[in-house]
Amino acid sequence: MDDTELALALARDVDTGFASLLAAHQDRIYSITLRILANHADAEEAAQDTFVRAYRALLGYSAARIRDLALRPWLATIAVNACRNRRRRPSDRRPALSLGPLVEAGFDPRDPGLSVEALGERSGDIETWARRLAAVPRGQRTAIVLRHVDGLTYPEIAAALGLPEGTVKAQVHRGLRRLREHLEPEGARRREELSA
Amino acid sequence: MTTERTSRTIDELEDTLGRLRSTAPAGLAASTLIVTGLADAYATVPSPLGELFVAWNPQGVSAVTLAADPGNFEARHLAETGRRAHRVAALPERLAWAISRRIAGDRRVRIELDLRGRGEFERQVWMKALEIPTGEVRPYGWIAAEIGRPRAVRAVGTALGHNPVPLIVPCHRVVRSDGTIGQYSLGGTRNKRTILAAEGLDPDDLEAQARAGIRLVGSDTTHVVCHPTCRNARRIRAAHRVPFRSLTQATQAGFRPCLVCRPAVGVAA
Repeated sequence: MDDTELALALARDVDTGFASLLAAHQDRIYSITLRILANHADAEEAAQDTFVRAYRALLGYSAARIRDLALRPWLATIAVNACRNRRRRPSDRRPALSLGPLVEAGFDPRDPGLSVEALGERSGDIETWARRLAAVPRGQRTAIVLRHVDGLTYPEIAAALGLPEGTVKAQVHRGLRRLREHLEPEGARRREELSA
Repeated sequence: MTTERTSRTIDELEDTLGRLRSTAPAGLAASTLIVTGLADAYATVPSPLGELFVAWNPQGVSAVTLAADPGNFEARHLAETGRRAHRVAALPERLAWAISRRIAGDRRVRIELDLRGRGEFERQVWMKALEIPTGEVRPYGWIAAEIGRPRAVRAVGTALGHNPVPLIVPCHRVVRSDGTIGQYSLGGTRNKRTILAAEGLDPDDLEAQARAGIRLVGSDTTHVVCHPTCRNARRIRAAHRVPFRSLTQATQAGFRPCLVCRPAVGVAA
């Protein structure tokens, strides 16, 4: 079901359409909250919070308004706000002890059969880049996540963050420049290895 | 050369960032549907009748039942409520405590119920059944009279049969107006007798009294007449115990109805 069909289904009946909305958007919304918050437990709560807020909002909207919703950017806006609210909570300041990185790398805590070797192989460099992204300042990181992890357009991100498009572009640019610093030495090293 | 390299690293970087897309945890959709009240959570708890399936959502407990297996329960729950039920490891601690207290006979513990989609009449019947103390029973006709629908005795029986939360709403404490134990939605008459016995009643004795035509008992010292299991009736010594077939018979003999168990005209006839 694409977003137009989803919006139509939601406009007909929020309760029946909502399960389809969840199925279609849970992975990307979770990706957004995970990459902004950089913690699996917090990301899961923020993703749930996103959909609960979306559901409550939909209940208050007219059918016409729901039909006209651009679901992708609309949900992203709610997700960014859900992340922002979570960060404000004092409990979030404690250092997170999480199985998250392991789970992301393909480790199933309920599966005792997975070896450490297999884990290393599966994780690849995703975890390294997730850490690097997590080290980018919050504003730039949020913009990068929406642009390059989720794939929203600049006008959509500008609307979602309530910022001018130029500001968003500058944030993405600055954030990417920071990340590229990690890439350059790697590339240079690889080239050196090749020429050696 | 430099420009080429930069654009290549940007493409590479953007490609890498694209791979940071992740997959939502398995429980996210289910827990979200539960929080919004679009689906229920369920778990099983032990009871005198075996494993009970208990479903709940943020509004309250929506189902209590026995089932052959989880699949059977889930299918029935969807058919009856229109909501999916997702199994979770255990009941929330407070709810588990409250249900065990209620099953043990403590009426004071508060348990929120989700009775959406149920009729007003049914709700009235169930709420009235909640007033019957542990270890006591009342006839269907008593509920009908108490909710102001004295002729709706049969409908009361039907409503009790549809009770979605047996044991929490103690429909097992409502018996036939002739005094026999009657039907029970949670596994039939045998289970009803088991629970009543667990609550300190003797089902055989109840039915023996019913066969003897005893619907009410009075005290010839106070001239108050009660349902036989009312706490006031149980205090009457054998020497002062006066059995009646109906409230009409009792009032004609100069007895007045107990203010606690409130026998009504026609009810126990």
